[in-house]
Amino acid sequence: MHVPDGFFNAAVSLGAGAFAAAGLAVCLRGARRELDDRTAPMAGLVAAFIFAVQMLNFPVAAGTSGHLLGGTLAAVLVGPYTAVLCVAVVLLVQGFFFADGGLTALGINITIMAIVTAVVGWAVFRLITRAVPRSRAVIPVAAFVGAAVSVPVAALVFTLLFWIGGTAPIDVTSVALAMGGVHVLIGLGEGLITALTISSVLAVRPDLVYGARGLRAKLVLRTAGGGTTEVTGEPAAPSPARGLRPLLIGGALVTVLLAGVVSFYASSSPDGLERVAGDKGFNAGEQDHALGDSPLSDYGVKGVQDERLAVGIAGIAGVAITVAAGGAIFYAVRRRDRQGGLEGAHDGEKITA
Amino acid sequence: MGAGHTHQLYRPGDTVVHRLPPHCKLPAVAAFAVVVVATPREAFWAFGVYALLLAAVAAVARVPARFLLRRMVIEVPFVVFAVALPIIGLGERVEVLGLSLSAEGLWSAWNILAKATLGVVASILLAATTEPRAMLLGAQRLRLPQTLVQIAMFMLRYMDVILDEMRRMRVARESRGFTARDVRHLPVIAKSAGALFIRSYERGERVHLAMLSRGYTGSMPVIDDLRATARNWATAASLPAAALATAVLSWSVS
Repeated sequence: MHVPDGFFNAAVSLGAGAFAAAGLAVCLRGARRELDDRTAPMAGLVAAFIFAVQMLNFPVAAGTSGHLLGGTLAAVLVGPYTAVLCVAVVLLVQGFFFADGGLTALGINITIMAIVTAVVGWAVFRLITRAVPRSRAVIPVAAFVGAAVSVPVAALVFTLLFWIGGTAPIDVTSVALAMGGVHVLIGLGEGLITALTISSVLAVRPDLVYGARGLRAKLVLRTAGGGTTEVTGEPAAPSPARGLRPLLIGGALVTVLLAGVVSFYASSSPDGLERVAGDKGFNAGEQDHALGDSPLSDYGVKGVQDERLAVGIAGIAGVAITVAAGGAIFYAVRRRDRQGGLEGAHDGEKITA
Repeated sequence: MGAGHTHQLYRPGDTVVHRLPPHCKLPAVAAFAVVVVATPREAFWAFGVYALLLAAVAAVARVPARFLLRRMVIEVPFVVFAVALPIIGLGERVEVLGLSLSAEGLWSAWNILAKATLGVVASILLAATTEPRAMLLGAQRLRLPQTLVQIAMFMLRYMDVILDEMRRMRVARESRGFTARDVRHLPVIAKSAGALFIRSYERGERVHLAMLSRGYTGSMPVIDDLRATARNWATAASLPAAALATAVLSWSVS
């Protein structure tokens, strides 16, 4: 499932690389809270675990077998930030030491397999565990749904990126249907094994499951005199705000990435896919890109005559936008951490102003 | 397993390529891959030049062709995809050997195959001539985030241990007559995965405590000082520079 070089054009590869770097920067800060100070050794061992578990084949149906992606599993076990870091490190190691996955496609691989699976899986998991009364029985069910949803979403993000900057002429809707369909099945397998794995860890060491923190009843000490004191040894449950924050940050980053890259494609001459689709009348029902009117598109078509130069400039501008936005969000998050209690929107205004 | 401390892909040697500091090689290979991806697919000759460049590097590094070919198996799933492209692709069809194939699909199949193969060979050459530990030190010199590099370090160091634990559990399962045949056997696999997680996590805690007792404060001491001379940089840059010259030529020609 690792994307090699040459699958995506250079602009999308670089854009996804910038997105992945911004995402990792956010996660590096967040992971420190999840694993206290033990980030490096613990996350390293968890990454080794994910690497191993990805080799664990399980039968799906009719003789075929699949293997875990592990994003949601890691997110529920060790927390979303650490999970993204661990899966990303697994991908980096596979890219550099096993030649698995192209070096230019690292950004795409990290975006799809680390950030999307962990963030989507964790967001769904948190939404479910927040909606229903917290009990231990809910955790595996929520993990199942989270993992089962995250895999087809990752497949659809892949299709979306392929539509923007893929190098092969395939009808997008049919690819989306095929990818989505196959990955719904794979997602069910992933969800099942994620839920079973988490319930087996819950049975033995419930304190290790990050998603189940704060579930146990507080230890109450009763003295002979009748006084009681509550022992708060266990770390508090992850707050709802923090649980939703990755979703918000991820959504914002994806939007900006699309704004940068899609507008550049809406502007320049249609790529192979769009042209072919146009020739064959596939895109009769397709609407214009919502962002086709952005200044970037004008820039690409009117300002510069040479097509290649126009594409280049627009591509670079798209990447620059992505980097700037990623940096701004990163700083917003960091400043809020330092000052505590500041509103995120207020903070963001201050930085962009 | 049983590979000891050296890695499967790494081939010890003492050539110019082996001796280059890793923080020169890493950007060189990455730049090469970017240049290859940015080359227009119509420029057949440019890809030939890239292949010759890589062959030259392999010859200098004394990496045998058999080794390269064996490691290229990793590409197979995408070769299958690329072969399917001309058949499922859209657009005008051309007749090749009695088959109706999509012209656009043929182009993109060639595009993916050529670029992916060049990328894989470049990565294999990098991994074959650079010790994993040195590669991470190089990444650190390139100012990659400390934490990220350390996570990768610990992962590489303990990967074989964790894989060995998994193998032992598999042997234990199989010696009790278990083979996973269908979905009903998933709970067994999942329990293994859960046990593996607990073992990995607890080992991580032990490793961390052991490191603390040896004075670990969150950063690893760098013992061997890696320094790159201007000449090292120039040597490393020759590969992407030659590739870039080819690419510029292909842009202006096409």
